[in-house]
Amino acid sequence: MKPFTTLTAVAAPFDMANIDTDRIIPVRFLRKLRSSKAGYDPYLFHDMRFDAEGREKPGFVLNQPAWRRAGILVTGANFGCGSSREGAVYALLDSGIRAVIAPSFGDIHYANELQNGMLPVTLPEEICRGLRDQLQARPGATLTIDLPAQTVTDTLGDTHPFMIDPIYKERLLQGLDDIGLVLAQLPAIEDFENQYHNDQPWLA
Amino acid sequence: MATTLFEKIWNAHVIMERPGGDALLHIDRNFVHEGSFHAFGALAKDGRTVRKPRQNFAVADHYVPTIGRERGIAGAEDADARHMIALLEENCRTNGIAHFGIDDDRQGIVHVIGPELGITQPGLTITCGDSHTSTHGALGAYAFGTGASQLKQILATQCLWMKRPKTLRITVDGALAPSVTGKDVVLAIIANIGTAGATGHVIEFAGAAIRNLTIEGRLTVCNMAIEAGARAGMIAPDDAVYQFLHGREYSPKGADWDVALAQWRLLPTDDGARFDREVTLHGAQLEPMVTWGTSPEEALPVSGRVPDPAALPEADQRAHAKLALAYMDLQPGMPLTDIRIDRAFIGSCTNGRIEDLRAAAAVLKGRKTTIPAWVSPGSTTLKRQAEAEGLDRIFMEAGVEWRASGCSSCAAMNGDTVPAGLRCASTSNRNFEGRQGKGARTHLMSPAMAAAAMITGRITDVRKLFSFPLPHPSPSPIGRGIEGEGGFKTRKQNQ
Repeated sequence: MKPFTTLTAVAAPFDMANIDTDRIIPVRFLRKLRSSKAGYDPYLFHDMRFDAEGREKPGFVLNQPAWRRAGILVTGANFGCGSSREGAVYALLDSGIRAVIAPSFGDIHYANELQNGMLPVTLPEEICRGLRDQLQARPGATLTIDLPAQTVTDTLGDTHPFMIDPIYKERLLQGLDDIGLVLAQLPAIEDFENQYHNDQPWLA
Repeated sequence: MATTLFEKIWNAHVIMERPGGDALLHIDRNFVHEGSFHAFGALAKDGRTVRKPRQNFAVADHYVPTIGRERGIAGAEDADARHMIALLEENCRTNGIAHFGIDDDRQGIVHVIGPELGITQPGLTITCGDSHTSTHGALGAYAFGTGASQLKQILATQCLWMKRPKTLRITVDGALAPSVTGKDVVLAIIANIGTAGATGHVIEFAGAAIRNLTIEGRLTVCNMAIEAGARAGMIAPDDAVYQFLHGREYSPKGADWDVALAQWRLLPTDDGARFDREVTLHGAQLEPMVTWGTSPEEALPVSGRVPDPAALPEADQRAHAKLALAYMDLQPGMPLTDIRIDRAFIGSCTNGRIEDLRAAAAVLKGRKTTIPAWVSPGSTTLKRQAEAEGLDRIFMEAGVEWRASGCSSCAAMNGDTVPAGLRCASTSNRNFEGRQGKGARTHLMSPAMAAAAMITGRITDVRKLFSFPLPHPSPSPIGRGIEGEGGFKTRKQNQ
């Protein structure tokens, strides 16, 4: 997993709440392997990005020249609600988006971002709205996310502190894989299981 | 100390804790389906194997066709789908996991067969790479969905590092009116607290109206806990649960049953236990519910009218409703019962159980559908049970297709899609844009309400179809409630 430390990237204002994972990647693409060079990039927000003939819809935020190469999204509340599909994270990552800033996230999607080295940044509603307004006023402007300092620096140079669980932070900074961390505890796990299944043999 | 159902299960599964509240949890049961191929692939790539195969169970549900099933896997016309169904079988064979494949008598939707086979039991931690895993909480388990990375971790270790969620008790007191079902209760809850209303929380559903639901009704309520943003939904186990589980294939047997039962009886939340939040709704005020928009919170009693987005209380709701009405092609102020319906679907992990099929059949008996409609039972076992009860004949005589079991038009991955622009009365769980097919318009409702829509070709109050006297003639307004006691201190958004 690629470590996440600081990121300065073009940020796109996506002024919508409850962006569900069906919207991020429609279900018909989930059967695709991620192995080609483009990965899941072509499927990101597919039905918002393209019309029925496969032409780009010019009004969609990521189709506008200033935001085509966005590395950060700033959205409304409850980003990534709905289906648990990790394909939503693959589509974001494969399109070059490594962080989403939102007032809140769907729980499963939040965990999925962390598992793939993406940073979900939770900031209050009014700050997210302020960031989107700034980005609308200066299309193509960048934001800087500093994970060690836990700050977002806006287009005016103001910084906004954000909270993240220290364990998630450490894991992202080091790019650690959970499985290795778990298996390092194997003796304790086996002790637990032996006792647990001794008491409830029908569950083993 | 008085503790909650959730806390009891959590505490019994903590292997170790780290500073900051992260716990390494033992996972009793993990389910996989065709969509789990990413996790199996990643596991193989790392050279790892499934650590506890006997605690994992597999079923083909998301991609299986609901027609042509007598031909087994050859009946899957779509080559990609056929490949995924075969790949699941192969992954299970390689890893020694019990597999209920496309032609197995026990095949069905993962969240239907778990309880049906007794794999789901009170007090267990249960995971699956599917958000509707919350369903299993109806039997008193802590059950939650994961993405592919966490699924891979569970396959490799049978544990998961987790942050302890907060607790929310939603009490629905009083008695439900006739024709008001678990589906209506949970849609009313989501309309009340919003789709992010329970984010970061585990919901315990409680109160007389919940206790008096059948097992099927409880499964429906917990199924849609995720649509309120909850990590999981759960209901205290009781005698109805124990009776339901007794004698099932994977239920404990003999002396084990007695030990298990004694443990299960200790699970319900103690008197005086504290929850981080409490919300109360009055069951007697609830009506059959229907969604009008593209989020499960955009739901109203069937007696309501399509709201004016400008009149909604919050900016996000106004913006979302405006987009939703454009997508759904609806006008503010029109009665919900004026909305024409083109298709109807009964099934899914939300409403594909025997009680759901009986309720729909009771409405359709001796009547005809006026629109294309189909029923997909939640499992192959249930399909046979329904056929033994003669429900299949009622559906077919009404002109409704009687199909095989799978996720069908809920996930719409198997080709059972709704054409663009058409409007579907659906017993599933999500009315998102494009969920049932690109451009498809979904109205969520209960099985009896979907059956009523089949007959009239529009959204219909099933109680009026039967000319029942209305037990509660004044519509109860439902909006974002104010938390705390009393419930339904709501903004009137539909008047």
